[in-house]
Amino acid sequence: MTVNPTTAGASEPQFPLPSILTNPASAPPLLIAQGAEGRLYKTTYLVPELACAVKYRPPKPYRHPLLDARLTKARLSSEAKVLDRCARDGVPVPALYAIDAAAGWMALEWIEGAPVRQGINEWLGARPETDTTPDEQVDQTPLVDLMRRIGTVMGALHRTGVVHGDLTTSNMMLRPWKDGHTGGGNGTVLDGDVVLIDFGLATQSQSDEDRAVDLYVLERAFASTHPRAEAHFEYVLEAYGKTFKKAPSVLVKLADVRMRGRKRSMLG
Amino acid sequence: MPDSQGRRIALGCEGSANKLGIGIIAHDASGAAHVLSNVRHTFVSPPGTGFLPKDTAHHHRSFFVRVAKQALRDAGVSPSALDCICFTRGPGMGGPLTSVAVGARTLSLLWGKPLVGVNHCVGHIEMGRAITGASNPVVLYVSGGNTQVIAYAEQRYRIFGETLDIAVGNCLDRFARTLEISNDPAPGYNIEQLAKQGGRVLLDLPYAVKGMDCSFSGILGRADELAAVMRSGGKGPDGEDFTPADLCFTLQETIFAMLVEITERAMAHVGSNQVLIVGGVGCNERLQDMMGKMAAERGGSVYATDERFCIDNGIMIAHAGLLAYETGFETALEESTCTQRFRTDEVFVKWRN
Repeated sequence: MTVNPTTAGASEPQFPLPSILTNPASAPPLLIAQGAEGRLYKTTYLVPELACAVKYRPPKPYRHPLLDARLTKARLSSEAKVLDRCARDGVPVPALYAIDAAAGWMALEWIEGAPVRQGINEWLGARPETDTTPDEQVDQTPLVDLMRRIGTVMGALHRTGVVHGDLTTSNMMLRPWKDGHTGGGNGTVLDGDVVLIDFGLATQSQSDEDRAVDLYVLERAFASTHPRAEAHFEYVLEAYGKTFKKAPSVLVKLADVRMRGRKRSMLG
Repeated sequence: MPDSQGRRIALGCEGSANKLGIGIIAHDASGAAHVLSNVRHTFVSPPGTGFLPKDTAHHHRSFFVRVAKQALRDAGVSPSALDCICFTRGPGMGGPLTSVAVGARTLSLLWGKPLVGVNHCVGHIEMGRAITGASNPVVLYVSGGNTQVIAYAEQRYRIFGETLDIAVGNCLDRFARTLEISNDPAPGYNIEQLAKQGGRVLLDLPYAVKGMDCSFSGILGRADELAAVMRSGGKGPDGEDFTPADLCFTLQETIFAMLVEITERAMAHVGSNQVLIVGGVGCNERLQDMMGKMAAERGGSVYATDERFCIDNGIMIAHAGLLAYETGFETALEESTCTQRFRTDEVFVKWRN
């Protein structure tokens, strides 16, 4: 699922919300994002102190009800399975609190912090474009650090046999370090643990091809979202290459995928 | 040169598949398009068969002169009034494309008019925009040979999603062959009519959406298997009887849901709430209805045309060709080739900003 940020709570839902979102014991749901097929709400789970994200896939009126129910259920359960697998193997993803696949919702751990996209943009924006200091004279250590952390997390993800399917810097959060965090803290907007979110298009796969495409999607998204930091993407791949045994062969495959691009020769 | 009323007139020749179409269009001084004539002759193959390139090319060669004369008569213009001759460069089937290109070259030499080579897909998009008035829609282009979700950005029609194997119309055409449904007027039309009698059961078919792309070959394979089960008197997975109508209904519901889903994803991605459906499958009223429900939910609307413009025709080639011609584009005789492979995003769209 692709979600685009919207003004929180800007639009009233046109459909009845599932009971989890109308339960008087939890905080009123706040619409965080609305994508093509899902909505993300912030509310609380079990106790008022525990913030959670509820992902809801409302029924699609255009789809045959039977087909709609089948798809919603299959997609939510597969997303839950992927999250479970990641959590078990220590890949940083939101914890799964609860799921009702038939009703179309799942409740996830609320990840504090901002998307990586925002962090990088703030980091780049702190230096105006008129600043003519050559890049090599600016201390880029925090950015390089972050790139390496991203590469490491991607490696961990692929090692467990999961490909994300929609990797962008909007689908990664920077969770602020707790007090007492040791090592690497630079006190910049780029601090924090990288947490992967939005596994709506994720699949389980161990093929070099699928993994390479996953990296390629991120590379393309990174280049279009942060053209000024494009040169630093190599550190993602460098760190990725050290994470698991098959990572170097994925990087070789990535070169093929780059050559091919998305271009398919079209048969009339 | 514009005529005394400030009009420019183009003749367009289309024959990338089994329709031979020749049409004449005029753009007035304000740039508005007026259809002067739109003649089409379709090669229809017997039930259970598809149209083969060789036979289709022969059909186009046999009818080219008749259709061209009819187009001139309907429009009431003489060849001297034309500004250019437009023809389909591709994509499409090689034989039929070449036959029509030869016809277009002949007209060009005979009347001393410049040639303009046109991308078939861009022809559909521009005609759809002109007829419906949709200014900057996400375009779903669905036909026997193409399945693409397209949005315009920076001088090109960019492909956001497409089929990974066969086109959606090809899936429908081939399933019509399996059921031996008539190809007249079109296999897809007859599937649509049959599907209206179904709806009691929805059988289980694969659903293959990958991001903004989709795939139809596995669905066709499974539908063919179910048809074989049906013919041998077998029952559905839940022990129910099913008919050809149920199969057509199931096939339409499944593949159209996929198309609407990838279109919606593209709309969310580019932030548009207009959608335009073009191509032969775009005539299907169930697809239009589903797309309408999706667009309404997003606070937008769906634009679709009828069979005159959805199904391949010469007028769309004339229109898109004239748009390019007005920006100074011409195709020299020695470069007036055809190609079976010609991606929508290869065309530099100089006439939009």
